[in-house]
Amino acid sequence: MNKLLNKKALKIKLDSRSKYLRQLIVQALVGGGRGHMGSAMSLVEILRVLYDDFINIDPKNPRKENRDRLILSKGHGCLALYSILADKGFFSKKLLNRTSRIGSIFGGHPEQKVPGVEISTGALGHGLPIAVGMSLAAKLKKKKHKIYVIVGDGEINEGSIWEAALYASKHNLSNLKIFIDYNKIQSYGFIKDVVNLEPLCDKWKSFGFDVSEINGHDISHLRRNITQFNKKKINKPSITICHTIKGKGFYFAENNPNWHHKNNLTEKEIKELNYCLQ
Amino acid sequence: MRKTCLESVYKLAKRNKKVIFIGSDLGPGVLKEFKENIPERFIMEGVSEQSIVGMAAGLAIEGYLPYINTIATFLTRRCFEQLVIDLCLHDLPVKLIGNGGGLVYAPLGPTHQAIEDISILRTIPNMTILVPCDAFEMKNLMSATLKWPHPIYIRLARGGDQIITKKNRKFVIGKSVMIKKPQKYLFLTTGIATQMALNAAKKLDNENNIKCGVIHFPSIKPLDTRALLKWIKKVKKIITVEENVLSGGFGSSILEFCSDNLKEHTHKISRIGLKDKFADDYGDQNSLLNKNDLNQRVLYKKMLSLIKNS
Repeated sequence: MNKLLNKKALKIKLDSRSKYLRQLIVQALVGGGRGHMGSAMSLVEILRVLYDDFINIDPKNPRKENRDRLILSKGHGCLALYSILADKGFFSKKLLNRTSRIGSIFGGHPEQKVPGVEISTGALGHGLPIAVGMSLAAKLKKKKHKIYVIVGDGEINEGSIWEAALYASKHNLSNLKIFIDYNKIQSYGFIKDVVNLEPLCDKWKSFGFDVSEINGHDISHLRRNITQFNKKKINKPSITICHTIKGKGFYFAENNPNWHHKNNLTEKEIKELNYCLQ
Repeated sequence: MRKTCLESVYKLAKRNKKVIFIGSDLGPGVLKEFKENIPERFIMEGVSEQSIVGMAAGLAIEGYLPYINTIATFLTRRCFEQLVIDLCLHDLPVKLIGNGGGLVYAPLGPTHQAIEDISILRTIPNMTILVPCDAFEMKNLMSATLKWPHPIYIRLARGGDQIITKKNRKFVIGKSVMIKKPQKYLFLTTGIATQMALNAAKKLDNENNIKCGVIHFPSIKPLDTRALLKWIKKVKKIITVEENVLSGGFGSSILEFCSDNLKEHTHKISRIGLKDKFADDYGDQNSLLNKNDLNQRVLYKKMLSLIKNS
């Protein structure tokens, strides 16, 4: 890991747009009274850059044939996805207030019925194999659109991820781009203690991927990385290991396994969440 | 039956450009002609049922019609969560062709014997379960799978099974097949249990002058409830027969239907199927069927004793 990716570098200050998207996440979290807070906060910038600068989508026609596809394989990070989709106009931001409540279309894991959500995810290790099928379909149809997949670091404990990696490579799926939200914490605790993933770059290289490693909160890193993916003419799938901080933007939640999932929020916690966004 | 089924997939692929075949490390030379003539839609992956089902889901989301083939146990046990979430939650038109339903793989031991596939798949919303009894029916049902908009599990028998259905009969998913019209007594069957029941019914007729009917259910889900409503009321005794464990299987589905819709007739129904245990021996399919007391002789005796004691 290079110096740009050390803990200090990941402490990058959030700009107003990143804070605004986090505000929408807090709105959904407080409205629903529960959610995977830490897991959503670590991937905000990955989604932001993809949706702001790269993904070809039309909120008025979410199933447009030539759209780029984004699959949140780590479905538990869905509050961040709801946040960016609401911001892009797929649905009203007000609806986020009722997340996980009876009658809402937004659950604790994303479902296909939500405008802009490609597939239902939540059980881990499913999004990538499905994305491989979608990439294969695009290739068979000779379509130019891209398939972006965000997987969690804990998620890649699943064997199905590595099965899919073999096939992405076998079929030379150059239209497939994976991002790993490498926030170093899974449900029980720190990744290194539960099941160490290192050397992670080498693992993916050995599976035949074009591998890059960036600061997942640095907008310019992300932009540069995805631009390169779009420009490169290589006959293999790509993966970007995004070093991130779980609970990014909230001092009490950052790198704190207790904020992986949160329910029963206290008044004090709600105040602190809002304070951090000022 | 397997050969007929896979050849049908190739024929469908020639007719419809959306049809894709995905195998999971099948034997050498499988569908050689398909591979040679339509290589882009012939995919042979490794031993990885979970990601294969996911991949098929992705292809189906994009409009393709994937047919996956491997051994039934691997296609139902190993990737159960993928069947539930990737295929059934998204309600995608993916077809699962499971080789060796029931005890076909007797010599290979319990790891390869699909004794509970019907039970576990029945519990999944949106899943369709088809269990043909012979090669003609197999061939006829394949055309019906093409336009069916939901996931389908097709349970294959060993092959070379006694032919009892008509060659070009139109197969309708959700409909039963009248094999022998009942008077007072009736076998309700699925898969190759149909042949056993038909032979038992013939024996009852020949040796005891008892007119016993056989209705075959190649479609376990959806179930032909119209036929059940009509015939259960009319007869006095019913035996359901299946090459699957009794818990949650075909017979259970009949009892559930009866309990919900024809409560006063539930007492008429007895079930015969595989025992609640793993095979502890090898041999061939018939030898293990005999060990499970599942053969035409047992069906004959059971029906006779039910009639005598009624």
